[in-house]
Amino acid sequence: MPESTGPVPPEMLLRARGLSKSFAGHRVLDDVDLELRSGQVHGLVGENGAGKSTLMKLLAGVYTPDEGTIELGGEPVSFSHPLQAQHAGVSTVFQEFNLLPERSVAENVWLGREPRRRGFVDTSRMQADTADLLKDLGVTHIRPGQRVRSLSVAEQQIVEIAKAVSFDSRVIQMDEPTAALADHEVELLYGIIAGLTERGVGIVYVSHRLKEVFDLCDTITVLKDGQQVTTQPADELDDASLVRLMVGRPISTFFPDKVEGTEAGEPMLELRKAGNGYVDGIDLTLRAGEIVGISGLQGSGRTELLEAVFGVRPFTRGEMVLDGKSLRPRSPRHAIRSGLAMITEDRKATGLALNQTILDNTLGVVRAVFPRRTSTARREVPGILSSLDVSARAMDQEAQFLSGGNQQKVVLARWLTTHPRVVLMDEPTRGIDVGAKHAIYELMRALTAEGVCVLMVSSELPEVIGMSDRILVMRDGRLAGELPAGSDEEAVLQVATGVTTLSPTDKEPAR
Amino acid sequence: MNLLRGRTLTSTGIVYIVLLLAIVVGAILTATAGRNFFSQGNISSILTGTSILGFIAIGQTLVILIGSLDLSVPFVASLVSVLAAERMAGDPANVPMAVVVALAVAAVVGLANGLIVSVLGVHGFVATLGIGLVISGYLATNYQGNTGSAPRSFRLIGASQIGPVPVSTLIMLGCAVLAILMLRRTRVGHHIYAVGGNREVARLSGIRTQVPVIAAHLLCSLLAGLAGLLLLARLSVGSPTIGQQGGYDLMSIAAVVLGGTLLAGGKGNVLGTLAGVAIFAVMDNVMAAMEVNPFLKDVIRGVVIVAAVAVYARREIDRRPAPFERPSALDAALQEAR
Amino acid sequence: MSTTTTTTPPRRQIPAHQGGLGYRAAAAVATPGGAVFVLAFGLLIATIIANPNFGEPDFVIRFFGRVAPIAIAAMGQYFVIVSGEFDLSMGAVVTAQVVMAGNLIGQDEGRILPVTCLMLLVGVGIGLLNGLATTLLKVPSFIVTLGMMLALAGLVRYLTGGAATGNPVDSFREIGRGEIEGVPFVEVIPYKLIIFLVLAAAAAWLMRRPFGRSLIAAGDNPDTAAHSGTSLWWLKTRAFIISSLSATVAGIILVGYAGVHPSVGQGYEFTAITAVVLGGVLLGGGRGWVLSAAAGAFALELLFTLLTVLEVESTWRDTVQGLIIIVAVAAAGRAWKVGRRPRRTQRSQGQAAAAAPTSSPESTPPSKGPNTGDN
Repeated sequence: MPESTGPVPPEMLLRARGLSKSFAGHRVLDDVDLELRSGQVHGLVGENGAGKSTLMKLLAGVYTPDEGTIELGGEPVSFSHPLQAQHAGVSTVFQEFNLLPERSVAENVWLGREPRRRGFVDTSRMQADTADLLKDLGVTHIRPGQRVRSLSVAEQQIVEIAKAVSFDSRVIQMDEPTAALADHEVELLYGIIAGLTERGVGIVYVSHRLKEVFDLCDTITVLKDGQQVTTQPADELDDASLVRLMVGRPISTFFPDKVEGTEAGEPMLELRKAGNGYVDGIDLTLRAGEIVGISGLQGSGRTELLEAVFGVRPFTRGEMVLDGKSLRPRSPRHAIRSGLAMITEDRKATGLALNQTILDNTLGVVRAVFPRRTSTARREVPGILSSLDVSARAMDQEAQFLSGGNQQKVVLARWLTTHPRVVLMDEPTRGIDVGAKHAIYELMRALTAEGVCVLMVSSELPEVIGMSDRILVMRDGRLAGELPAGSDEEAVLQVATGVTTLSPTDKEPAR
Repeated sequence: MNLLRGRTLTSTGIVYIVLLLAIVVGAILTATAGRNFFSQGNISSILTGTSILGFIAIGQTLVILIGSLDLSVPFVASLVSVLAAERMAGDPANVPMAVVVALAVAAVVGLANGLIVSVLGVHGFVATLGIGLVISGYLATNYQGNTGSAPRSFRLIGASQIGPVPVSTLIMLGCAVLAILMLRRTRVGHHIYAVGGNREVARLSGIRTQVPVIAAHLLCSLLAGLAGLLLLARLSVGSPTIGQQGGYDLMSIAAVVLGGTLLAGGKGNVLGTLAGVAIFAVMDNVMAAMEVNPFLKDVIRGVVIVAAVAVYARREIDRRPAPFERPSALDAALQEAR
Repeated sequence: MSTTTTTTPPRRQIPAHQGGLGYRAAAAVATPGGAVFVLAFGLLIATIIANPNFGEPDFVIRFFGRVAPIAIAAMGQYFVIVSGEFDLSMGAVVTAQVVMAGNLIGQDEGRILPVTCLMLLVGVGIGLLNGLATTLLKVPSFIVTLGMMLALAGLVRYLTGGAATGNPVDSFREIGRGEIEGVPFVEVIPYKLIIFLVLAAAAAWLMRRPFGRSLIAAGDNPDTAAHSGTSLWWLKTRAFIISSLSATVAGIILVGYAGVHPSVGQGYEFTAITAVVLGGVLLGGGRGWVLSAAAGAFALELLFTLLTVLEVESTWRDTVQGLIIIVAVAAAGRAWKVGRRPRRTQRSQGQAAAAAPTSSPESTPPSKGPNTGDN
């Protein structure tokens, strides 16, 4: 923790006033103020979609604000490119790294600004400067000449931070820097942040992990639905009050009720002590007609669990039982043949072939796995598309010209044609409009009414709570606990962040 | 799978081990054929065999590093050889002018390649294939056979030696040193790796991505031009088909890839390429000593290229670190089989 | 299980196509894949105007026959390119098959059938090797097929001693040079044209089958294909097999009128790739029609013929081919998107009208919203 520098408040580094930003008419950030003083760590918390990332990107020059002003050291500034912000002293460490894996640490840090002497790149100075940067950060085990590929995720994070520092940044923003780190690596990060604040750098820190926020931050700003709920000194808040401020939004999305007569039936999918390289000791039972939500922080192994069930990265330990028969899918093809379906997180990267027509996309899975059923499926397509309320000019329109919501509906239609018994959904409503969301919720209800079971991963707590019959919470690759339907967001967040642990022994079957 | 191989062994290291193996095996095979692999004559013939492909492969390395390809190199070499031969016309006084003009034309071709790739956004394969065909048509139309002649003083470059080392090889190695210097010690060199590795990251770091692309293509064509001049020095006449006969386009790409450079760009170096070229030269030499049918050479080359890249491809498979990974052969095997 | 899975009342059905047949034809012509047909037709007319002799039906039909082998090779190459790969071994396969036919059939008519079967088998084997090395060994197809090209070409020259040998019996050569005579109007129909038409129909049919649709989807987005249960290795390997089989057929036809020589087939891979690219097929996969690739071959050969008719020296052919390939690729990347964009640019209004009342206003982004258009 940085020490207070006495009665005189430290120098004001950054002051943002009335920042607003809209996308496609949707206001994602509304009149937000932020002040950052030298040597301070300012925590930004809020649920997914609360506007944290947008705020960071406005300050980083990735987006330009629709309204509001940003002042740096008292001077108003406006950035149109991240590089401008960096040169002005605002650096950002994003979640996706912008590093070249085949180049050395030094080469990455100084990329585009290689120091030169008599026209040649001064590699020895580059190495020495990098070594100095790392030493200032208190890191001794990373060599400037090391290839980035050979570094762990935490070490890559440090390289990103070193790069940010190399711009002589006065302000460094960090977006969930610990999402992929193990505990001892988090300690390292703490040390680095302490060192930076001692030198008068101001830090904007975004994290879901409340413990970190309280460990590190002097001031905390809570965002909710794009609005600033509060900005308070950290010592005036505690875990419980912070969680309360983050949640409790008015219900803006409504969740359809269960279709009458839907009841949890026989166990359909069971996992016993299942694990692979990414998840461990998973015990769960999914019954026919059930929707089970999986909650947890970024990097807690939610997606990896679905991928393991679906055979993308197969389980290597434990047992998986599907409909009474032991089964361990070796590949998605194997899983699909066994009656599984998976709606992936990123529809553009792994859900659709964007240059193909709606019809071709809808039939994609059937053609790949059950080519003989193609003509039957072809006859069902119009019905499925219209039941999902896909709005498009025609079925020979290419998927890339659809809106996000309609693209997602096509992804769903793609899997419905295979008549799955278990549907795995990873962030099924990410980045889509309310109408499309509702259509997807209705579909989930309708599926369960027919005896299909749904395993849904979502970062949106209201969605998990509103739709699930049971909620499983993951932490660090393991199931941390199970909550009943209708639990409140606070309870879920507390389990996910490790404030409370429901099942003290991780081995206990969570059923 | 690759657990036994330490992290310290770089791809270039492996390439040099392969080269060493090739030399050892080659020496033994040559000995069984009753000849001495390490005789001065044999060494210099191997080195001579490296020079022309060496020039082209160095340039090809730059182009592949940036994520492109250059299929126009044999045509550039032919073009330079006829242009220079015509202007020299057997008179030593014409040599400097002829060299300058011919290389300037090569540079223009390289510039065209670079602009088409970087500005029009056409893939290097198509852009350089197209430019190569354009040159080929020009050559076929204007030159029916050998033309011009190189004066004796110029021919000496191709013939003289210092000890067992041909001068042409020394020039080639000089170019290699310059290329290495450029890649390691200039901004353009660093940016070639950056753009080849990830264009978006390079762009976000404020690099103008067209510059290194054009530079790489320009240098590649220039080096192909030097190869053309060397061919002229050896043949003493300009030949409009000399480049194509050597198959230098595909052989240079093969040498670069054999040298451990990633075909997709961003990773590799000139040292590896030199080893790749040397492996080909040793293979050729040994097969000649063994009196292997020259046509079978191509078969062996083809197999070696695919096998080598398959080995490298194995090493490139890397995944996110897995917290619960217990090294399990089954897991690895399943991953592979997928 | 019922297909209408939700409880909501039936909604508007999405039509299968945008607009009528005429609109679709016009939209197709606006894409590079359709424009090549117009180009080919235009070149045909231009050639006939430049040289009225060319307008004779038998002249045209014989010309089409001569283009048949390269068009067949282009269609084969299409399968590989649309799946996101390259096949550089095609020329060497043609050479190998030509030499095989020359040496193994000889003057013995009884050997025609077994040797033809053997040739097809060799074609399958080469494709299998290319495909498996690309997909399972994860070697870029560029390198695999390059290695195959070197190895095969070397092997052929090794076995033949580098010189022309053998000459298959005339009845085998009839496949390539024979024709049905006495046909009304066009007078003759070359066998090779019939082979081409049959194969074109088969290729077009295959591309509408699950295999073809999966292939093009895998070329568009291999990750999506893998998550959808496509076994990429087998899918792409089949494309490589089709490619080398088509090279085999081209070889069988070429024996007929080009004879047996190790240089037959040289450069075929690049000509085929040029034709495919001219047909508007995207290098890297995921876009383009198989018949456009064939049309690309016809357009290319017509262009060469036109140049001959205009008394441009034949040596300029390469230059023309080079310029075409660059221009075609530079144009195709951009033109596809424009051509396939839905009819109205004010798409959102059409959508809003069609959308069900449950959609909130947010569901209709402006026509150039962040989640549409480019990816």
